Parts: sequence; C-alpha cells; structure tokens
Amino acid sequence: MEITTRSLWTLIHGMGFGALYLLAGSGALIELQYWLRPDNANSARDLSRFFSWYLAAMAALAWLTVLTGTYLIYPWYRTPPPAGTANLAAYPRAFLLAHPSTSAWHSIGMEWKEHVAWIVPIVITAAAAVTIRYGRELASHSRLRSLLLSFVAVSLVAAAVAGFFGAMLDKNAPVDGGQTIRLVKGE
Amino acid sequence: MSTHTSPASSAAGLATRTNGSGAAALLAAAIGSVAVALFGIAADKSAAIKSFFVFYKPAGQLTGETTAAIVVWLAAWAILEFLWRQKNVKLKPVGLLALALIVLSLLLTFPPIGDLF
Repeated sequence: MEITTRSLWTLIHGMGFGALYLLAGSGALIELQYWLRPDNANSARDLSRFFSWYLAAMAALAWLTVLTGTYLIYPWYRTPPPAGTANLAAYPRAFLLAHPSTSAWHSIGMEWKEHVAWIVPIVITAAAAVTIRYGRELASHSRLRSLLLSFVAVSLVAAAVAGFFGAMLDKNAPVDGGQTIRLVKGE
Repeated sequence: MSTHTSPASSAAGLATRTNGSGAAALLAAAIGSVAVALFGIAADKSAAIKSFFVFYKPAGQLTGETTAAIVVWLAAWAILEFLWRQKNVKLKPVGLLALALIVLSLLLTFPPIGDLF
C-alpha cells in the first residue's frame, strides 16, 4: 500500500484540514443556535471561553486549508505539460481542459473553488475575533450573536462549495506524483 | 452609518463594551470577501492586472488577488475599529450590509456570474 507525497498533501489539505473545518462548523452552528435562545444567555456565559477557542481553532484550520491549497497543491495542479505531451494524466488542469466532458470541472469548479475558499478564513477569523474580544459579554449582545451565527453559516456554505469541487476535481483529475511512500508492505 | 456613544444595555447584568468593535470586525470581513471576488474578476478582465497579481509564479495570479484582498480586509478592519471602537453602532443595517456583501462575494466568485462583467 503506497501513496505519493502529492497525494498525501492533497489528503491532508482536503480530508484533514478541510473536512475537519466542515465538521467543526456544524458544531459551531449548533452551539450558536443554543446561545441565541434568550433563556440560555446566562449559561452561554460559561461556555464563551471554550467557544472562543473553538472558533479560533476553526480559523486556524481554514487558514491551513487555503494556504496548503494555494501554495502547495495548486501549483502541482496547474503545471503546464511540456509541448507534445500525449499523456496528460500528470497535469490535472491540462487533462481536464483537453476534454469537453471534463473542462467545466476546471473552468467552473476550480475557478470558483480557488476564490470562494478564501472567503472562509476571512469570515471565520472575524467571527473568532469577535467571540474572543467580547467573551462572556456576548450574552448581552443578542444581535451580535445572530450575526456570528450567520457568519459561521456563510463560511460553511463557502467551505462546502470548495470541498465539493475539491473532491470532484481530485476524482476526475487527481493531483499525484512526487516521492512514493510505502505505508504497508504487501504479502 | 449613524452611531451613538451610550453604553450598551446589559440584559444579563454584565457591564458590556460597545458593539462597535464587533461591527467593525464583521463589516471588514465582508469588505475583504468582496475584495477577493472583485480582484479575481479584475485579473480575468485585464492582462496587466493579471500579471501584476502574480506574486508567486507557480500559483499564478491567485496569490496576488488573495494577498491584496487580505490587505484590503485588514486595512478596513483597522479603520473601522478606529472609528467605531468607542461607539454603539446600529447593528441591524451594518449587519445586513455585511451579509449582503458576503452573499455578493459568493455570487461574484461563481464564474458564470463573474464573467458577466
């Protein structure tokens, strides 16, 4: 059982940081929903410290996702093939664009994903900063809590779009190559 | 955006800080999000802008578009924080504006819509 370094990084980027963000976001939505009920304002105070760091961890995950995606995996994805290359499998962008049945995965999927993903860390960092700054006092700012819920929800939508297209792009034209790492030796 | 400087009322009995800092952080994030979309569209429309945004060649213009958007976001945050930190702003219009900008940025990053410009 083997994996290449590029596949491993794609896995860390998508199934590690990205998927963990989506899972954490679902938890944050439930928590904020709980905070929004007026009768839970006091108990929300006790949870504010934990929730502040929870959102900060989500922000860290979002930054790790976009930074590894943009600066590590995207260059491998968009590497142009040398002139005359017949087998484009090692050049995902060129491979997708070479076929009418797959070209939209790049022209719509990747073009949307590469930009929409960057909205996630910006939005969730703001939400985390507000939660850290206000802490227990958020119990007295119901409208601010409603906005935080909306921000987390929007960040989840953007992350889901990026995640969906990331998965589909990797299914249609996987980023592969680099050194081979042997995980388990076969019999 | 109209503001007033009276302290926030405290439903839970806490001495609360004003909502200005929170509003500043959220509106600035929305401005940064729109900047991501607008820089992407601008680079698509102009070869000169596209070339300017290539900060890291292997990843192309995406690096410049997003770095510039982060600069816009942080600058907007610093300015709004400076203006609003001591104030209670009307959070409803500020929040609606922030959400509208973020939804707009989601739409503008969608290529069939971004390509209309």
